[in-house]
Amino acid sequence: MLLLRYRGSEGMLAWAFHRISGIAIWLFVLLHVLDIYLAGGNPNVYDDILKFYASTPGRILEILLGAALLYHGLNGIRILLMDFWPRLTAYHKQIWYANWVIFAAVGLPGAWLIIKPALGL
Amino acid sequence: MALYSRSGRPRPQSGGFELASWYFMRLSGVALFVLAFAHFSLEHFLFDPSQESATWIFNQRWNSLFWRSFDWLLLMMVVLHAFLGMRTVTMDYLKGGRRAVALTALYLVGAIVFVMGTIVVMSVPLTMPS
Repeated sequence: MLLLRYRGSEGMLAWAFHRISGIAIWLFVLLHVLDIYLAGGNPNVYDDILKFYASTPGRILEILLGAALLYHGLNGIRILLMDFWPRLTAYHKQIWYANWVIFAAVGLPGAWLIIKPALGL
Repeated sequence: MALYSRSGRPRPQSGGFELASWYFMRLSGVALFVLAFAHFSLEHFLFDPSQESATWIFNQRWNSLFWRSFDWLLLMMVVLHAFLGMRTVTMDYLKGGRRAVALTALYLVGAIVFVMGTIVVMSVPLTMPS
């Protein structure tokens, strides 16, 4: 995978995922302000949109949104640590792996809670 | 201070708006870590989208000055953080006239989103004294 080799490994992937998740969250914010605006102006249309949010495909997208938020937030903390304590830059890979441990520990139970109603549980 | 960063954008050496927005991205990032995760947990873990109808929002969720203020603070932080971030992305990929057009459109959309969100969070009447 040439794409995964450019400049190399963790540092570049951390940056690329941060950018991709950031743009995805920005797109969701646009959608979300629009749907809540409709809730004020046209509640029936909003309730129809809500049916999609509560459906199985909607829930899968919400899990992806949660994953994007969680990655972006955790990697954001990693960026802060290295910006304000530059010596930690030497451990940028280890901090990134720690991010993924927290990501899995928080994200997997979270994903389960979101998908559970769609499975009738 | 090294100019090269393994993390985010290197701290701008120029000062002024660039340095201020560099600090603001980090400050609002910390605020959003709390605000956005609290908001997401509330909507997806404590409650479920299947029960979050417009009626629920206005009679329960937003029938409280605290939660309206909380969500408005989140809106303000997320709009500034997201649009400053998109500004960085735009400036990385576009130059000259295209950059000017894209940035103008971006700021316009940012202003519209902020105004729309503010209107809805402030205009719906409280149904009960909170």
